Amino acid sequence: MIRKFFASRWGIISVGAFIGVFAPLLQKWGNPGNMGICVACFERDIAGALGLHRAAVVQYMRPEIIGFVLGALIAAYLFKEFRPRAGSAPIVRFVLGAFAMIGALVFLGCPWRAMLRLAGGDWNAIFGMLGLIGGIWIGTLFLRGGYNLGRAQETHTSVGWLMPLIMLGFLCLMFLYPQVEGQDKSGVLFYSIKGPGALHAPLFIALGVGLAVGILAQRTRFCTMGAFRDLILFRQTHLFSGVVALVVVAFITNLILKQFHPGFANQPVAHTMGLWNFGGMVLAGLAFALAGGCPGRQLFLAGEGDGDAAVFVLGMITGAGFAHNFGLASSPKGVGPHGIAAVIIGLLICLFIGFTMKKKIA
Amino acid sequence: MSDMVDARGLSCPQPVLMTMEKINKVKKGEITVLVDTDTSRENVSRAATSQGWKVKKINPEGAGYRIMIWKK
Repeated sequence: MIRKFFASRWGIISVGAFIGVFAPLLQKWGNPGNMGICVACFERDIAGALGLHRAAVVQYMRPEIIGFVLGALIAAYLFKEFRPRAGSAPIVRFVLGAFAMIGALVFLGCPWRAMLRLAGGDWNAIFGMLGLIGGIWIGTLFLRGGYNLGRAQETHTSVGWLMPLIMLGFLCLMFLYPQVEGQDKSGVLFYSIKGPGALHAPLFIALGVGLAVGILAQRTRFCTMGAFRDLILFRQTHLFSGVVALVVVAFITNLILKQFHPGFANQPVAHTMGLWNFGGMVLAGLAFALAGGCPGRQLFLAGEGDGDAAVFVLGMITGAGFAHNFGLASSPKGVGPHGIAAVIIGLLICLFIGFTMKKKIA
Repeated sequence: MSDMVDARGLSCPQPVLMTMEKINKVKKGEITVLVDTDTSRENVSRAATSQGWKVKKINPEGAGYRIMIWKK
Protein backbone atom coordinates (compact mmCIF):
# COMPACT_ATOMS: atom_id res chain seq x y z
CA MET A 1 0.00 0.00 0.00
CA ILE A 2 2.66 2.48 1.17
CA ARG A 3 4.99 1.14 -1.54
CA LYS A 4 2.30 1.76 -4.18
CA PHE A 5 1.63 5.30 -2.97
CA PHE A 6 5.29 6.30 -3.19
CA ALA A 7 5.56 4.92 -6.73
CA SER A 8 2.46 6.87 -7.77
CA ARG A 9 2.19 10.38 -9.15
CA TRP A 10 0.79 11.62 -5.83
CA GLY A 11 3.78 10.08 -4.12
CA ILE A 12 6.30 12.07 -6.12
CA ILE A 13 4.18 15.23 -5.89
CA SER A 14 3.96 14.93 -2.11
CA VAL A 15 7.76 14.64 -1.84
CA GLY A 16 8.27 17.67 -4.10
CA ALA A 17 5.79 19.53 -1.90
CA PHE A 18 7.55 18.36 1.28
CA ILE A 19 10.85 19.78 0.01
CA GLY A 20 8.97 22.91 -1.13
CA VAL A 21 7.79 23.50 2.44
CA PHE A 22 10.91 22.54 4.37
CA ALA A 23 13.61 24.15 2.21
CA PRO A 24 12.21 27.68 2.73
CA LEU A 25 11.67 26.80 6.40
CA LEU A 26 15.32 25.76 6.75
CA GLN A 27 16.17 29.16 5.32
CA LYS A 28 13.98 30.78 7.97
CA TRP A 29 15.66 28.63 10.63
CA GLY A 30 19.09 29.86 9.62
CA ASN A 31 20.26 28.56 6.23
CA PRO A 32 21.45 31.10 3.62
CA GLY A 33 19.06 32.96 1.29
CA ASN A 34 17.28 30.79 -1.30
CA MET A 35 19.55 28.01 -0.05
CA GLY A 36 17.31 26.08 2.30
CA ILE A 37 18.69 23.04 0.52
CA CYS A 38 21.41 23.06 -2.12
CA VAL A 39 23.22 19.81 -2.67
CA ALA A 40 26.11 21.39 -4.60
CA CYS A 41 26.59 24.31 -2.18
CA PHE A 42 26.32 22.05 0.85
CA GLU A 43 28.83 19.53 -0.47
CA ARG A 44 31.08 22.50 -1.23
CA ASP A 45 30.64 23.65 2.39
CA ILE A 46 31.56 20.13 3.53
CA ALA A 47 34.71 20.31 1.39
CA GLY A 48 35.45 23.60 3.19
CA ALA A 49 34.79 22.13 6.63
CA LEU A 50 37.31 19.39 5.82
CA GLY A 51 39.86 21.92 4.58
CA LEU A 52 39.84 20.60 0.99
CA HIS A 53 39.51 24.25 0.02
CA ARG A 54 40.13 27.25 2.21
CA ALA A 55 37.45 29.69 1.11
CA ALA A 56 36.73 31.10 4.56
CA VAL A 57 33.08 31.99 3.89
CA VAL A 58 31.91 28.49 2.84
CA GLN A 59 33.04 26.05 5.53
CA TYR A 60 30.41 24.01 7.33
CA MET A 61 29.67 20.32 7.72
CA ARG A 62 26.08 20.42 6.44
CA PRO A 63 23.93 17.89 8.33
CA GLU A 64 21.32 17.93 5.55
CA ILE A 65 23.70 16.04 3.23
CA ILE A 66 24.50 13.51 5.96
CA GLY A 67 20.75 13.09 6.52
CA PHE A 68 20.08 12.54 2.81
CA VAL A 69 22.44 9.57 2.65
CA LEU A 70 21.46 8.06 6.00
CA GLY A 71 17.74 8.58 5.34
CA ALA A 72 18.05 6.77 2.02
CA LEU A 73 19.94 3.97 3.78
CA ILE A 74 17.17 3.61 6.37
CA ALA A 75 14.44 3.59 3.72
CA ALA A 76 16.35 1.09 1.59
CA TYR A 77 16.64 -1.30 4.55
CA LEU A 78 13.05 -0.80 5.70
CA PHE A 79 11.73 -1.67 2.26
CA LYS A 80 14.36 -4.32 1.49
CA GLU A 81 15.85 -2.34 -1.38
CA PHE A 82 19.43 -2.07 -0.19
CA ARG A 83 21.45 -3.48 -3.09
CA PRO A 84 25.22 -3.15 -2.96
CA ARG A 85 26.47 -2.64 -6.50
CA ALA A 86 29.45 -0.99 -8.18
CA GLY A 87 31.78 -1.12 -11.13
CA SER A 88 30.03 0.92 -13.82
CA ALA A 89 32.79 3.26 -15.04
CA PRO A 90 33.65 4.74 -11.61
CA ILE A 91 36.41 7.05 -12.89
CA VAL A 92 34.01 8.56 -15.44
CA ARG A 93 31.47 9.16 -12.69
CA PHE A 94 34.16 10.82 -10.56
CA VAL A 95 35.14 13.20 -13.36
CA LEU A 96 31.49 13.94 -14.21
CA GLY A 97 30.87 14.67 -10.52
CA ALA A 98 33.81 17.07 -10.36
CA PHE A 99 32.73 19.01 -13.45
CA ALA A 100 29.06 18.96 -12.44
CA MET A 101 30.16 20.69 -9.24
CA ILE A 102 32.31 23.23 -11.09
CA GLY A 103 29.41 24.07 -13.44
CA ALA A 104 27.02 24.36 -10.51
CA LEU A 105 29.41 26.68 -8.66
CA VAL A 106 29.74 28.96 -11.69
CA PHE A 107 25.96 29.35 -11.51
CA LEU A 108 25.96 29.14 -7.69
CA GLY A 109 23.56 26.30 -7.12
CA CYS A 110 22.52 22.80 -8.04
CA PRO A 111 19.16 22.13 -9.78
CA TRP A 112 17.45 22.07 -6.37
CA ARG A 113 18.74 25.54 -5.56
CA ALA A 114 18.00 26.79 -9.09
CA MET A 115 14.36 25.96 -8.39
CA LEU A 116 14.45 27.40 -4.88
CA ARG A 117 16.04 30.59 -6.24
CA LEU A 118 13.26 30.80 -8.80
CA ALA A 119 10.66 30.25 -6.09
CA GLY A 120 12.30 33.05 -4.07
CA GLY A 121 12.06 35.54 -6.95
CA ASP A 122 15.70 35.40 -8.09
CA TRP A 123 15.20 35.79 -11.82
CA ASN A 124 18.88 35.04 -12.53
CA ALA A 125 17.85 31.45 -11.91
CA ILE A 126 15.80 31.56 -15.14
CA PHE A 127 19.10 31.50 -17.06
CA GLY A 128 20.33 28.71 -14.81
CA MET A 129 17.19 26.65 -15.42
CA LEU A 130 17.42 27.20 -19.17
CA GLY A 131 21.06 26.10 -19.05
CA LEU A 132 20.14 23.04 -16.99
CA ILE A 133 17.45 22.01 -19.48
CA GLY A 134 19.84 22.69 -22.38
CA GLY A 135 22.55 20.54 -20.81
CA ILE A 136 20.11 17.71 -20.12
CA TRP A 137 18.83 17.97 -23.70
CA ILE A 138 22.38 17.49 -25.02
CA GLY A 139 22.65 14.51 -22.67
CA THR A 140 19.49 12.95 -24.14
CA LEU A 141 21.03 13.20 -27.63
CA PHE A 142 23.94 11.08 -26.39
CA LEU A 143 21.55 8.65 -24.68
CA ARG A 144 19.57 8.29 -27.91
CA GLY A 145 22.83 7.66 -29.74
CA GLY A 146 23.70 4.70 -27.53
CA TYR A 147 25.77 6.37 -24.79
CA ASN A 148 26.00 4.27 -21.63
CA LEU A 149 28.30 3.77 -18.67
CA GLY A 150 28.27 -0.02 -18.80
CA ARG A 151 26.98 -2.48 -16.26
CA ALA A 152 27.45 -2.41 -12.51
CA GLN A 153 27.96 -5.69 -10.66
CA GLU A 154 26.40 -6.96 -7.51
CA THR A 155 29.01 -6.73 -4.77
CA HIS A 156 29.78 -7.07 -1.05
CA THR A 157 27.41 -5.37 1.38
CA SER A 158 30.32 -3.41 2.83
CA VAL A 159 30.84 -1.63 -0.52
CA GLY A 160 27.34 -0.20 -0.25
CA TRP A 161 27.96 0.80 3.35
CA LEU A 162 31.06 2.90 2.75
CA MET A 163 29.36 6.18 1.79
CA PRO A 164 26.85 5.95 4.68
CA LEU A 165 29.81 5.20 7.00
CA ILE A 166 31.70 8.22 5.67
CA MET A 167 28.63 10.35 6.41
CA LEU A 168 28.35 8.84 9.91
CA GLY A 169 32.01 9.70 10.39
CA PHE A 170 31.35 13.29 9.34
CA LEU A 171 28.49 13.44 11.85
CA CYS A 172 30.77 12.13 14.61
CA LEU A 173 33.32 14.84 13.74
CA MET A 174 30.56 17.44 14.14
CA PHE A 175 29.76 16.16 17.63
CA LEU A 176 33.45 15.84 18.57
CA TYR A 177 34.36 19.29 17.28
CA PRO A 178 31.29 21.51 17.50
CA GLN A 179 31.37 25.09 16.35
CA VAL A 180 32.92 27.51 18.83
CA GLU A 181 31.43 31.01 18.71
CA GLY A 182 33.74 33.41 16.86
CA GLN A 183 36.35 30.73 15.98
CA ASP A 184 37.06 29.47 12.48
CA LYS A 185 38.38 26.11 13.61
CA SER A 186 37.30 23.47 16.11
CA GLY A 187 39.56 20.44 16.27
CA VAL A 188 40.05 19.26 12.70
CA LEU A 189 36.95 20.98 11.32
CA PHE A 190 36.85 24.42 9.74
CA TYR A 191 33.91 26.75 10.31
CA SER A 192 32.90 30.07 8.74
CA ILE A 193 32.63 33.17 10.91
CA LYS A 194 30.89 35.12 8.15
CA GLY A 195 29.34 34.47 4.76
CA PRO A 196 26.94 31.69 3.74
CA GLY A 197 28.95 29.08 5.65
CA ALA A 198 28.15 30.90 8.88
CA LEU A 199 24.43 30.71 8.19
CA HIS A 200 22.84 27.45 9.17
CA ALA A 201 19.78 25.97 10.83
CA PRO A 202 20.32 24.20 14.18
CA LEU A 203 22.11 20.86 13.72
CA PHE A 204 19.30 18.55 14.81
CA ILE A 205 16.64 20.33 12.77
CA ALA A 206 18.86 20.24 9.66
CA LEU A 207 19.68 16.57 10.26
CA GLY A 208 16.02 15.71 10.87
CA VAL A 209 14.84 17.38 7.67
CA GLY A 210 17.71 15.74 5.80
CA LEU A 211 16.75 12.30 7.10
CA ALA A 212 13.09 12.82 6.19
CA VAL A 213 13.94 14.00 2.69
CA GLY A 214 16.37 11.08 2.32
CA ILE A 215 13.71 8.54 3.27
CA LEU A 216 11.00 10.07 1.07
CA ALA A 217 13.25 10.67 -1.92
CA GLN A 218 14.65 7.13 -1.80
CA ARG A 219 11.10 5.79 -1.90
CA THR A 220 9.91 8.01 -4.76
CA ARG A 221 13.19 8.20 -6.79
CA PHE A 222 12.89 12.01 -6.76
CA CYS A 223 15.36 13.41 -9.31
CA THR A 224 15.51 16.94 -10.68
CA MET A 225 17.59 15.90 -13.71
CA GLY A 226 15.48 12.83 -14.46
CA ALA A 227 12.42 15.09 -14.41
CA PHE A 228 13.56 16.96 -17.51
CA ARG A 229 15.35 13.99 -19.09
CA ASP A 230 12.24 11.78 -19.00
CA LEU A 231 10.13 14.63 -20.31
CA ILE A 232 12.47 15.17 -23.27
CA LEU A 233 13.29 11.51 -23.90
CA PHE A 234 9.98 9.73 -23.25
CA ARG A 235 7.41 12.55 -22.90
CA GLN A 236 6.95 11.16 -19.39
CA THR A 237 5.79 13.60 -16.72
CA HIS A 238 6.12 11.41 -13.62
CA LEU A 239 9.31 12.88 -12.11
CA PHE A 240 8.52 16.27 -13.64
CA SER A 241 5.37 16.56 -11.52
CA GLY A 242 7.64 16.30 -8.47
CA VAL A 243 9.79 19.27 -9.41
CA VAL A 244 6.74 21.33 -10.39
CA ALA A 245 5.30 20.62 -6.95
CA LEU A 246 8.61 21.70 -5.39
CA VAL A 247 8.68 25.06 -7.20
CA VAL A 248 4.99 25.86 -6.67
CA VAL A 249 4.94 24.92 -2.99
CA ALA A 250 8.29 26.64 -2.30
CA PHE A 251 6.92 29.79 -3.95
CA ILE A 252 3.80 29.73 -1.76
CA THR A 253 5.85 28.98 1.37
CA ASN A 254 8.21 31.86 0.54
CA LEU A 255 5.21 34.18 0.14
CA ILE A 256 3.88 33.15 3.55
CA LEU A 257 7.31 33.49 5.18
CA LYS A 258 7.88 36.84 3.39
CA GLN A 259 10.94 35.41 1.67
CA PHE A 260 9.82 36.22 -1.88
CA HIS A 261 11.85 39.12 -3.28
CA PRO A 262 11.55 39.32 -7.08
CA GLY A 263 14.33 40.86 -9.13
CA PHE A 264 17.76 40.37 -10.69
CA ALA A 265 20.06 42.53 -8.59
CA ASN A 266 21.19 41.90 -5.01
CA GLN A 267 19.84 38.39 -4.75
CA PRO A 268 21.40 36.28 -1.98
CA VAL A 269 24.47 34.24 -3.01
CA ALA A 270 23.91 34.97 -6.71
CA HIS A 271 25.42 37.00 -9.53
CA THR A 272 23.80 38.67 -12.53
CA MET A 273 26.02 37.42 -15.38
CA GLY A 274 23.24 35.76 -17.35
CA LEU A 275 25.42 34.05 -19.94
CA TRP A 276 27.49 32.24 -17.28
CA ASN A 277 24.50 31.45 -15.13
CA PHE A 278 23.33 29.69 -18.28
CA GLY A 279 26.72 28.23 -19.27
CA GLY A 280 27.55 26.87 -15.82
CA MET A 281 24.28 24.98 -15.71
CA VAL A 282 24.64 23.64 -19.26
CA LEU A 283 27.81 21.97 -17.99
CA ALA A 284 26.17 20.75 -14.77
CA GLY A 285 23.02 19.53 -16.58
CA LEU A 286 25.03 17.61 -19.16
CA ALA A 287 27.25 16.03 -16.48
CA PHE A 288 24.19 15.01 -14.41
CA ALA A 289 22.49 13.55 -17.50
CA LEU A 290 25.59 11.56 -18.47
CA ALA A 291 25.92 10.31 -14.89
CA GLY A 292 22.23 9.37 -14.64
CA GLY A 293 21.08 11.55 -11.77
CA CYS A 294 20.97 14.98 -10.17
CA PRO A 295 23.27 15.54 -7.16
CA GLY A 296 20.45 14.77 -4.72
CA ARG A 297 19.57 11.54 -6.48
CA GLN A 298 23.24 10.50 -6.43
CA LEU A 299 23.22 10.88 -2.62
CA PHE A 300 20.05 8.79 -2.30
CA LEU A 301 21.49 6.12 -4.61
CA ALA A 302 24.72 6.13 -2.59
CA GLY A 303 22.55 5.53 0.50
CA GLU A 304 20.85 2.48 -1.02
CA GLY A 305 24.13 0.78 -1.89
CA ASP A 306 25.16 2.21 -5.25
CA GLY A 307 28.96 2.49 -5.03
CA ASP A 308 29.15 4.27 -8.40
CA ALA A 309 26.84 7.04 -7.22
CA ALA A 310 29.07 7.29 -4.14
CA VAL A 311 32.06 7.89 -6.42
CA PHE A 312 30.09 10.65 -8.17
CA VAL A 313 29.50 12.28 -4.75
CA LEU A 314 33.22 12.11 -3.94
CA GLY A 315 33.89 13.62 -7.38
CA MET A 316 31.57 16.51 -6.53
CA ILE A 317 33.30 17.16 -3.20
CA THR A 318 36.69 17.04 -4.92
CA GLY A 319 35.39 19.32 -7.67
CA ALA A 320 34.39 21.82 -4.99
CA GLY A 321 37.98 21.80 -3.75
CA PHE A 322 39.26 22.57 -7.23
CA ALA A 323 36.55 25.16 -7.81
CA HIS A 324 37.64 27.27 -4.85
CA ASN A 325 41.39 26.57 -4.93
CA PHE A 326 41.61 27.45 -8.64
CA GLY A 327 39.26 30.45 -8.64
CA LEU A 328 36.59 28.71 -10.72
CA ALA A 329 33.62 29.31 -8.43
CA SER A 330 31.56 32.46 -8.80
CA SER A 331 30.80 34.96 -6.07
CA PRO A 332 28.07 37.62 -5.84
CA LYS A 333 30.52 39.86 -7.77
CA GLY A 334 30.44 37.54 -10.78
CA VAL A 335 32.33 34.59 -12.21
CA GLY A 336 35.71 33.61 -10.77
CA PRO A 337 38.97 34.46 -12.64
CA HIS A 338 39.08 31.03 -14.30
CA GLY A 339 35.40 30.06 -14.17
CA ILE A 340 34.75 30.57 -17.88
CA ALA A 341 37.78 28.50 -18.91
CA ALA A 342 36.67 25.73 -16.54
CA VAL A 343 33.16 25.64 -18.05
CA ILE A 344 34.61 25.32 -21.56
CA ILE A 345 37.08 22.59 -20.54
CA GLY A 346 34.31 20.80 -18.65
CA LEU A 347 32.00 20.87 -21.67
CA LEU A 348 34.78 19.50 -23.89
CA ILE A 349 35.42 16.65 -21.47
CA CYS A 350 31.70 15.84 -21.22
CA LEU A 351 31.49 15.80 -25.03
CA PHE A 352 34.54 13.52 -25.15
CA ILE A 353 32.85 11.14 -22.70
CA GLY A 354 29.52 11.35 -24.51
CA PHE A 355 30.93 10.70 -27.96
CA THR A 356 33.33 7.92 -27.00
CA MET A 357 31.27 5.79 -24.59
CA LYS A 358 28.91 4.31 -27.09
CA LYS A 359 30.06 0.74 -26.96
CA LYS A 360 27.32 -1.84 -27.35
CA ILE A 361 26.19 -3.37 -24.09
CA ALA A 362 27.25 -7.00 -23.84
CA MET B 1 10.12 -18.02 -26.67
CA SER B 2 9.61 -14.38 -25.82
CA ASP B 3 11.89 -11.48 -26.67
CA MET B 4 14.40 -10.67 -23.99
CA VAL B 5 15.91 -7.44 -22.67
CA ASP B 6 18.75 -7.82 -20.17
CA ALA B 7 19.07 -4.47 -18.39
CA ARG B 8 20.74 -5.79 -15.24
CA GLY B 9 23.43 -3.53 -13.84
CA LEU B 10 22.50 -0.63 -16.06
CA SER B 11 21.56 2.70 -14.56
CA CYS B 12 18.77 5.11 -15.44
CA PRO B 13 17.44 5.55 -18.12
CA GLN B 14 19.07 2.59 -19.89
CA PRO B 15 16.55 -0.10 -18.86
CA VAL B 16 13.65 2.02 -20.10
CA LEU B 17 15.48 2.97 -23.32
CA MET B 18 16.21 -0.69 -24.06
CA THR B 19 12.64 -1.77 -23.29
CA MET B 20 11.20 0.98 -25.51
CA GLU B 21 13.55 0.01 -28.31
CA LYS B 22 12.37 -3.59 -28.09
CA ILE B 23 8.71 -2.52 -27.90
CA ASN B 24 9.12 -0.41 -31.03
CA LYS B 25 10.79 -3.34 -32.78
CA VAL B 26 8.42 -6.19 -31.98
CA LYS B 27 5.21 -4.08 -31.76
CA LYS B 28 3.30 -6.87 -29.95
CA GLY B 29 3.68 -10.19 -28.19
CA GLU B 30 5.64 -10.89 -25.05
CA ILE B 31 8.86 -9.32 -23.80
CA THR B 32 10.87 -10.40 -20.79
CA VAL B 33 12.92 -7.67 -19.13
CA LEU B 34 15.59 -8.45 -16.53
CA VAL B 35 16.45 -5.64 -14.12
CA ASP B 36 18.40 -5.50 -10.87
CA THR B 37 16.87 -2.59 -8.94
CA ASP B 38 13.41 -1.64 -7.73
CA THR B 39 13.75 1.70 -9.47
CA SER B 40 14.27 -0.05 -12.81
CA ARG B 41 11.36 -2.41 -12.07
CA GLU B 42 9.04 0.57 -11.51
CA ASN B 43 10.39 2.56 -14.46
CA VAL B 44 10.14 -0.33 -16.92
CA SER B 45 6.59 -1.19 -15.77
CA ARG B 46 5.54 2.45 -16.02
CA ALA B 47 7.07 2.84 -19.49
CA ALA B 48 5.46 -0.37 -20.78
CA THR B 49 2.06 0.64 -19.47
CA SER B 50 2.38 4.05 -21.10
CA GLN B 51 2.92 2.28 -24.45
CA GLY B 52 -0.28 0.26 -24.06
CA TRP B 53 1.49 -2.90 -22.89
CA LYS B 54 0.35 -4.93 -19.89
CA VAL B 55 2.64 -6.02 -17.08
CA LYS B 56 1.83 -9.73 -16.93
CA LYS B 57 4.13 -10.94 -14.21
CA ILE B 58 7.02 -9.75 -12.05
CA ASN B 59 9.11 -12.47 -10.41
CA PRO B 60 12.13 -11.96 -8.19
CA GLU B 61 15.18 -13.46 -9.83
CA GLY B 62 18.64 -13.45 -8.33
CA ALA B 63 19.23 -10.01 -6.88
CA GLY B 64 16.67 -8.47 -9.24
CA TYR B 65 13.46 -9.08 -11.12
CA ARG B 66 12.15 -10.79 -14.24
CA ILE B 67 9.39 -8.60 -15.68
CA MET B 68 7.06 -10.01 -18.31
CA ILE B 69 5.17 -7.49 -20.41
CA TRP B 70 2.62 -8.35 -23.02
CA LYS B 71 0.54 -6.82 -25.81
CA LYS B 72 -2.01 -8.46 -28.10
